[in-house]
Amino acid sequence: MSSKIAVLAGGRSPEREVSLRSGHRVMAALRSRGYDAFVVDPSEVPMIDTLSAASVSACYVALHGKDGEDGTVQRVLELLGVPYTGATPFACQIAFDKVLAKEALAAAGVSTPPWVSVQAAAIRDLAAGPILHRVAERVGLPAVVKPSRAGSAMGLSFVERDADLPHAVMNALSFSDAAVVERKIEGVEVAASMVGPEVEALPLVEIVPKSGVFDYAARYTAGATEYFAPARIAPEIAAVCHCEARRAFEALGLRDVSRADILVDPNGTPWVVDVNTSPGMTDTSLLPMAARAAGIDFTGLCERILQLALARA
Amino acid sequence: MAEFSVDPYVHLYARRTSGMSASEVRALFAVASRPDVISLAGGMPYVQALPPQDVLDVVTQVLTEQGNQALQYGDGRGMPSLRERLAMLMREEGTPADPEDMVVTAGAQQALDLVGKVLVDPGDEIAVEAPTYVGALSAFSTYEPTFVQVELDHDGMIVERLEEALLRGARPKFVYTVPNFSNPAGVTMSRARREQLIALCREARIPIVEDNPYGLLRFEGEPEPTLRSMDPQNVIYLGTVSKVFSPGVRVGWAMAEPGVLHRLVLAKEAADLCGSSLNMLVTERYLSGDRWRVNLRSLVEIYRSRCAAMIAALEARFPADATWTHPAGGFYVWVTLPPYFDSQALLAAGVERRVAYVPGTAFYADGRGKEKMRLAFCFPTEDDITEGVRRLGLLLADEEDLYRSLSG
Repeated sequence: MSSKIAVLAGGRSPEREVSLRSGHRVMAALRSRGYDAFVVDPSEVPMIDTLSAASVSACYVALHGKDGEDGTVQRVLELLGVPYTGATPFACQIAFDKVLAKEALAAAGVSTPPWVSVQAAAIRDLAAGPILHRVAERVGLPAVVKPSRAGSAMGLSFVERDADLPHAVMNALSFSDAAVVERKIEGVEVAASMVGPEVEALPLVEIVPKSGVFDYAARYTAGATEYFAPARIAPEIAAVCHCEARRAFEALGLRDVSRADILVDPNGTPWVVDVNTSPGMTDTSLLPMAARAAGIDFTGLCERILQLALARA
Repeated sequence: MAEFSVDPYVHLYARRTSGMSASEVRALFAVASRPDVISLAGGMPYVQALPPQDVLDVVTQVLTEQGNQALQYGDGRGMPSLRERLAMLMREEGTPADPEDMVVTAGAQQALDLVGKVLVDPGDEIAVEAPTYVGALSAFSTYEPTFVQVELDHDGMIVERLEEALLRGARPKFVYTVPNFSNPAGVTMSRARREQLIALCREARIPIVEDNPYGLLRFEGEPEPTLRSMDPQNVIYLGTVSKVFSPGVRVGWAMAEPGVLHRLVLAKEAADLCGSSLNMLVTERYLSGDRWRVNLRSLVEIYRSRCAAMIAALEARFPADATWTHPAGGFYVWVTLPPYFDSQALLAAGVERRVAYVPGTAFYADGRGKEKMRLAFCFPTEDDITEGVRRLGLLLADEEDLYRSLSG
């Protein structure tokens, strides 16, 4: 009898739609490889009861964003004793929270742009608003302001002038209880994907958004962004990117799969700006593109990731 | 090296699709439709109030008595017997209406598309209210116009602003307005403004497109005459049964003078040959007899109390410096927040707190409206409205604290 696999997708994070697209593609891929795969949307059905009743062999975590990518679901799965794809709860929690992840990356010597974290509580309870200008001084402008806990570039804005910083911070704080203000790196944007078991670095995917900004619309509108795999950068620079991605993977204690977003500045220095533990699997997602460039088709990629979880059963 | 094209047809798409893209706000609405989120966003008529037996009766009658007709193609203009009922709906509001001047469309939304198709070339101007119905902006945008946005106030479109635009050289192909309980502003054009608009447009030889989905949903005050009744020659009138019966049957209509009507009919036939015979017959039956009047009366009562619940909740829960409109009918309250609020940015936090609304920016063609929000009272219960507005009020209070601290 074929293994029962629950593909967890949907949820109630702002990335719900993206996750459902990922999840349904993963389900179809796994079915084509003979697994009895089905989508479980924790915001539609009681997840724990459903998983217990179905006695699944493993969960493929295709959730993105809060709850699904931050260790919450993973802790529940640990308690249930169901093997699942991707990182452990603690690693998820660190990686998903940019305030913590930036610290962990910097401490491990991973190249990441200078930043300052701004917590909503500091502004509200400690009246830290008036010292916000120090953030800009510390980081330098132009800067990127991001919510600490969100994905798909949601709540992200660019700040050119001091005066625009408060609005950008408020915007980011709509998505999360803290914001990360990071120096904006101009350069080539690449995604460095890693996939187990021997943690293979897949070819870099170069991202060229037609609008110039890889925002939500550029990510999920087919045709709004051009992708090149492998990236059109010098092999020695690509090697450094791979090296940084691997160090980031280790620094955050990840497993199975990850995608590091890297900016390569005009001097050829790579800067890691984000690390994802549950990379998108939609038709415009970067990990499947990287895999394809390495000769791994989508179904092969899904099965390979799933096998890593099944091996932990 | 491979260039990955995630969409191999990307070089083939028509220019008119260039504005169609994924958006963060749309993604947030996917979460807002979760059952635990109180949605003050969608303008869904409260169809639950329709007695199921009434609907079952008309559907059964149609299938037993007119089964063959219901399953067949029909007249491109829509069946005459239905057009007679739709003309009756217009007469309810005092608009003289001849079924011969009418084409039935798939909701008034298709009529908007057909009007754009028939009247707009790329680069043409269209005058719209600011704010205006987002669905009209999307329908017209397909025909690549530029928009002349005319401010409105509590008496509807400020016609002087349109006049100024014309003096500055604007030459809109038509003026689009939702004069009754507008979407999103909830305001109604005053009698004086109606007369002004009619006179100005007649003088400038610019047709008016009057979109009147909510006219029969008045729960307060006296109705104003429709623009169509004031100047039939220069007004293209759009109606719908979505709000008096059901949006699910997709029955709307356009009424226009013969020249325009002829082209609208040809455009309709080119688009989809004809509307759904089944749905048209069901609608015709529903609108025959008196049950629709009884049902509409109780529906309007529901909307009245929901609107009152929303206004009361806003007074109790919203910041003192926020203002809002007081609709006398329709579905929407339009809120203006202090200028430091960005309702688009706040939507994520709203959804996180289990409440959703539509950010004001959706209703302008140029990105304005950040400090506005549209709240719909048509669908949620009074308790949910009260709770939803409470959640929003708490969110706004927190946001205000944040702003005060940030601005030192």
